[in-house]
Amino acid sequence: MKTNDVILQFTAKIVFFIIFFYAVHIFFAGHYTPGGGFVGGLVTSCAIVLLIIAFDLKKVQSILPINYIYLVATGLIVALGTATFSMIAGKPFFTHSFDYFNLPILGKTSLHTAALFDFGVYLVVVGVTMTIIQTIGEDE
Amino acid sequence: MTILANILVVFFISVGLLFIVVAALGLIRLPDLYTRAHAASKSSTLGVMCILLGVFFHFWLKEDHFNPSILLGVLFLFITGPVGAHIMTRSSYLAGVKAWPGTVRDDLKEEIETMKKEQGIK
Repeated sequence: MKTNDVILQFTAKIVFFIIFFYAVHIFFAGHYTPGGGFVGGLVTSCAIVLLIIAFDLKKVQSILPINYIYLVATGLIVALGTATFSMIAGKPFFTHSFDYFNLPILGKTSLHTAALFDFGVYLVVVGVTMTIIQTIGEDE
Repeated sequence: MTILANILVVFFISVGLLFIVVAALGLIRLPDLYTRAHAASKSSTLGVMCILLGVFFHFWLKEDHFNPSILLGVLFLFITGPVGAHIMTRSSYLAGVKAWPGTVRDDLKEEIETMKKEQGIK
């Protein structure tokens, strides 16, 4: 039965941005407070699943034309690249480094290479979750 | 100042607790799904929002820690709680859950019948 889903779809459009920006906040806050790449990735994929529930699977794929298997591969490459970068610099595998920088708007911030590794974890988690849900949901 | 902050926090948390207890009583006492959804969605949303505001004021005024994600949670609950109740009651109406026998008026029935006739179901 085809029904009129105006309320659900309009709410999903607004709530998607709240959930997505909260996921970004969780991801960047992971170094000093609870959170990190895994939870941020799960919350992001929850936002995409909300769009899939409110709209169609095909419509969401045309809005976000991402091949999630390539996303998993990109995340693994980013994580492995940050780990091997320290070998090139002559230190043991997985040696992280950090420093304080004065960014123009944000002021004094500490940038750490663990955030890059976390970004790889984030991409892998989003890719794996969305691959599982899409392959179950396609049903062809 | 501390006394005022304490009064504010205790007021918000006890009001929220009262609304949540009322929601639970409504879930037990009311006769059918639609009235229960009415009780559960409205008063529990308001109750949880009041408790979150109380926690927010506690950490802001007494611990001196401004936490905007609690305000974001209040906004999120305010948007999604009623919509969730709407979706659940609508899907149970379409699945054929009968209302309480004393119900006198059912405006949605004609709409659903014309919609089914247009799409050729049954």
